Amino acid sequence: MNEEKIIKLQQFAKRVRNHIVPMASDGGCFLGASLSAVDLLTYLYVDHLNLHKGNLKDENRDYLFLSKGHDVPALYGIFAELGWIEADRLKNHLSTEDHIYWHPNRNIPGVEFHSGSLGQLPSVSIGVAMDIIIRGGENRVYCVMGDGELNEGSCWEAFLVANAYKLDNLTFIIDRNNFQANMATEDLIPLESLVEKFESFGMMTQRIDGHDFNALEKAFSNIKGQTGAQVIICDTVRGKGLPSIEARADRWFCNFSQPEIQELLVELNEGFGANLVAETLVVR
Amino acid sequence: MMTYEKLLEKTALEDDRFIVMTAENRALVRNLPTSLGNRFIDTGITEQTMLGVAAGLALRGRKPVVHALSAFLTMRAFEFTRTSVGIANLPVKLSSFIPGVLSDGNGPTHQAIEDISIMRGIPGMEVFAPADEEDLIEMLPQIWATENPSYVRINTRPALLKHKPYVFGKAEQIFEGKDCTILTYGFMLEESIKAHQLLSDLGFQVGLVNIRNLKPFDGDLISKLASQTSCFITIEDHFLTGGLFSILAEHLVKNQILIPTHSIAFEDRWFKPGRLAEVLVHEGLDAKSLVEKIQNFIQK
Repeated sequence: MNEEKIIKLQQFAKRVRNHIVPMASDGGCFLGASLSAVDLLTYLYVDHLNLHKGNLKDENRDYLFLSKGHDVPALYGIFAELGWIEADRLKNHLSTEDHIYWHPNRNIPGVEFHSGSLGQLPSVSIGVAMDIIIRGGENRVYCVMGDGELNEGSCWEAFLVANAYKLDNLTFIIDRNNFQANMATEDLIPLESLVEKFESFGMMTQRIDGHDFNALEKAFSNIKGQTGAQVIICDTVRGKGLPSIEARADRWFCNFSQPEIQELLVELNEGFGANLVAETLVVR
Repeated sequence: MMTYEKLLEKTALEDDRFIVMTAENRALVRNLPTSLGNRFIDTGITEQTMLGVAAGLALRGRKPVVHALSAFLTMRAFEFTRTSVGIANLPVKLSSFIPGVLSDGNGPTHQAIEDISIMRGIPGMEVFAPADEEDLIEMLPQIWATENPSYVRINTRPALLKHKPYVFGKAEQIFEGKDCTILTYGFMLEESIKAHQLLSDLGFQVGLVNIRNLKPFDGDLISKLASQTSCFITIEDHFLTGGLFSILAEHLVKNQILIPTHSIAFEDRWFKPGRLAEVLVHEGLDAKSLVEKIQNFIQK
């Protein structure tokens, strides 16, 4: 990937983060989990998926299912940047007059399916991938999952089925930010070694820096021509872009005051540390 | 003679929206892999994954007909049915094998006697309980024709009578009777028919309704019968809570209809497993026991 393209993607991702941060106020959102997924989602929507404003309902489009769900502010930000929804509409976050809330739903153009209950969308993705294969389609299916989500047994049941049916058009993407709701994953139900786990389920598995656009491009070019479902583990940082909340177990759901949001935006764009007094670990 | 499997095969061959799925329960669909090819999908013993996959297939325009034992189809997979199928109101058709007392010797792990209660709680979900194989074959084309999710208590036992044509959402009134009217569904129609005969022999005028649909519920017929009969008696192989007795009570209260109403159901307990005929006697659900109970209700 050339330098110009990397800068373009980085700038896009920063604009997306600028959409996300204000949603962490006046009711709040899952800020940390949203920021970890921004770069990998930016790469997918801007540079990889066969998905654009004109084909959002086309049966030959690529499908991206956001299984972790609570990172949907990242999708909203991306959709606003892509012009699929009006950027102004994000101000309706948590208003009952709109459909923009803590978890995804299909009323928002570009959202393929609702989620929020962890471990549900791996199997839904399998159904879509199976149908594409039955119909002889060339399109692909991507299922973005959280690492904490991997605690759910239904994920592993689905991986067994994905392997059994050799779904070469299906890619599971793990946003490996090392935290689940309240804790570091390895301090509760250790997931490592993840690569070996996925490989033992018969899936071609890659592990990359999920904030590195070069690495993302390389990994996603490698999934073509495989004989079964694949996994890309993206090592990421919870809260990426805001050092004052990065990689902290207690900054999962965030609800900041307006002055704090302004400080966070300055931190995001100019690099100064934000002064935060909001309570931490508001568990939803 | 048309069977469940033949009807499903015919339906799927005529309409390629249909996909037949099973969580490795092939009793009803043993011959379909050959005729349907890749539109037959067995996900293994994974009820919840099967329902999720079915939702995905339905998102692509398919109508999956999914098969598993009732207890696991309704309960192991419940959240997938409620959340992935139900919230999106996708046309996934659940075929529930060995519901109610039909799990005979399996034991409480396999007893789906809360299935009606929990499935009707899902917005948009349609719930049916055909009385026997003839009733099943009569009802299924209309059940599968809707664009809503549905749950069907599968019952392939032979019919004891010739059923009336099925009108979607309508119950089948088999007999009229001023002394009482039995409301029942699924397998329990068998014993209810026998009980009706015994009661008639004793001189009672007993009505009998094959409810057919638990949701949508034929409230119009109930409202009409309430002025023609002395009491309602619900008979069901289901917990007392949430099943037909509850549905009837909801209808009567909502419409401010006052009529004596009695229930024969499992009250807060599982049933004793065994051979079906013995289970019925043990649980007081055989025709003879029903007659005794109904006589007591009438004389109250």
